[in-house]
Amino acid sequence: MLARIAWRNIWRNRVRSLILLSSITLGVWAGIFMLSFSWGMSIQYVNMAIKGQISHIQLHHPEFKAEKKIDFAIPQASVVVDRIIEMEGVQAASGRTITSGMISSPVAGAPASILGVNPEQELAVTMMNDNVVEGDYFPAGRKNQILISEKLANKLKVKLNHKIVLTLQDVDGNITAGAFRITGIYKTRNSTTDELNVFVKSSDLSPLLGLNEGELHEIAVLLKEHVELAPVYYQLKSDFPTLLVEDWRTLAPELRLVVDSFKQNMYIFMSIILLALTFGIINTMLMAVLERVHELGVLMAIGMNKLSVFLMIMLETVYLAVIGGICGLILSYFTIQLLGKTGIDLSAFSRGLESYGMNTLVYPALQNNQYLEIFIMIFVAALLSAIYPAYKALKLNPVQAIRKI
Amino acid sequence: MAVLEVFDLVKTYNEESNYPVHAVNHVDLTIEKGEFTAIVGPSGSGKTTLLNIMGGLDQPTQGKVIIDGKDISFLGENKLIDFRLHHIGFVFQSYNLIPVLTAKENVSFVMVLQKTPKKERDLRAEALLKEVGLEDRMDSRPAQLSGGQQQRVAIARALASKPAFVLADEPTANLDSKSATNLLDIMHKLNREEHMTFIFSTHDSRVIERARRVVTLVDGKIASDVRQDVS
Repeated sequence: MLARIAWRNIWRNRVRSLILLSSITLGVWAGIFMLSFSWGMSIQYVNMAIKGQISHIQLHHPEFKAEKKIDFAIPQASVVVDRIIEMEGVQAASGRTITSGMISSPVAGAPASILGVNPEQELAVTMMNDNVVEGDYFPAGRKNQILISEKLANKLKVKLNHKIVLTLQDVDGNITAGAFRITGIYKTRNSTTDELNVFVKSSDLSPLLGLNEGELHEIAVLLKEHVELAPVYYQLKSDFPTLLVEDWRTLAPELRLVVDSFKQNMYIFMSIILLALTFGIINTMLMAVLERVHELGVLMAIGMNKLSVFLMIMLETVYLAVIGGICGLILSYFTIQLLGKTGIDLSAFSRGLESYGMNTLVYPALQNNQYLEIFIMIFVAALLSAIYPAYKALKLNPVQAIRKI
Repeated sequence: MAVLEVFDLVKTYNEESNYPVHAVNHVDLTIEKGEFTAIVGPSGSGKTTLLNIMGGLDQPTQGKVIIDGKDISFLGENKLIDFRLHHIGFVFQSYNLIPVLTAKENVSFVMVLQKTPKKERDLRAEALLKEVGLEDRMDSRPAQLSGGQQQRVAIARALASKPAFVLADEPTANLDSKSATNLLDIMHKLNREEHMTFIFSTHDSRVIERARRVVTLVDGKIASDVRQDVS
């Protein structure tokens, strides 16, 4: 009966309740939408970094990363790559030869991070061909091809089919060089790495470095799903105990920070929105209590105890907040579903975003558990905002409230 | 058998000031079961204060109020609420039904608070509404009922808790003549047939004429206590 009275009470002043419900709905929707936008951006940034280069997991010689010496290669890495590709949960794996050196054209030079790749394997892991804006991605049958970025090409003042020279150090410490023809020019959304990374075939780079056949510096592993990270990671550690196995969180702590800080921001942001809504709810419910002082006095006079009066006001407040919250959640869900497919075009700010390695088309997203967490926050806010109006009702004196019996 | 006993009851407002107001001044009163008592008096004579104290809504400055043998004079707030729920029925001047509940739900409400099983309270609510002649308006909300009908629902609600007595504050004050007569007929019938005790404050001469006992208050004191024959 108490629940029924509380429910009917909230519809006594339909317009006021609808205004309050609308404000809660819109507040929750705006908050969740902002979160989904931010989360979508974060996830895209992380995914782009994972799919663009670092992958979910990488394997190295234990000392390679610290020393960056090319002689710390993974022996028989080709066999390791083949074994990894066969593992459950693995979508693709690519072996890389990595060194740094100088890239020179007849008119300019620049430092470069040189990645020797197996074109087919790399294609499966990073989908580099999608980024090729001119020429082709390692066309078949030609030796000493190089793929450089548009930004680097402009810096070196070179075009497609021009020749450039890579100068680097081999395993014995000798300076060596090789001439490569530009067969493709690429452009990713990360202008910072674009300026540095150049891609050649590892079969062309390894002889220059003096590496033995099958030796590689890095094996990048792309998984089918994020959730398979832990099992594959531990399987790799167990299968290749002599290698350093690292997941993307360790490889790119800045990406981990993006994900972790989002969660903190979510709580702070939603708390601010809910705090503002809480004051709106308190104001409305206080008005509702003060309007019904006489009636509440009568209820207490005929035998309704103070706890029941308190609970009735709490219930009315919670009903309003939870209904508004659920409407906000549903509205947000459909908005996110829609915009999660079409995306939000931020190309007007593309230059700024690209410099941070971000996509200009943002797809809002939110995980199911995040909806649940937000719902719990709304519920707690509803309870908190109900306390003061309910307390005011609790403090009513029946005689003063009804003036006379 | 006395259902209500008041001994040396005093209620003083502004006790600490230089001008204390003695709203009720050394009142002794005993109400027997089945009485139909009107408390009358001019405005400011202390009728409402006396009714408030007898109904356990207010506490006296001095004296005792004993209902069904229990002294409620200085019971704590929660115990008083519980006591009112089980021992006293209230009828207010302006009906004061719960606007969001139907007539039947209004009558059932007190029994819900008493934790009466649903089946039992449904049967009792229907029987009481039938008794006050509202069997065809059980599902109407207060706003859909006339003043007289609302007051009849209020009487059914007051009786729902099976109280020791019903306190009614000027129950006919807001009613037209026909509705007032009708209401008095119902109260009389309940008093006569079920020995329900009614105590009401009133200015209404029609009510005073039909009361079996008339207690007149003047300046917080009982000026007269008269029993009269009523047909």
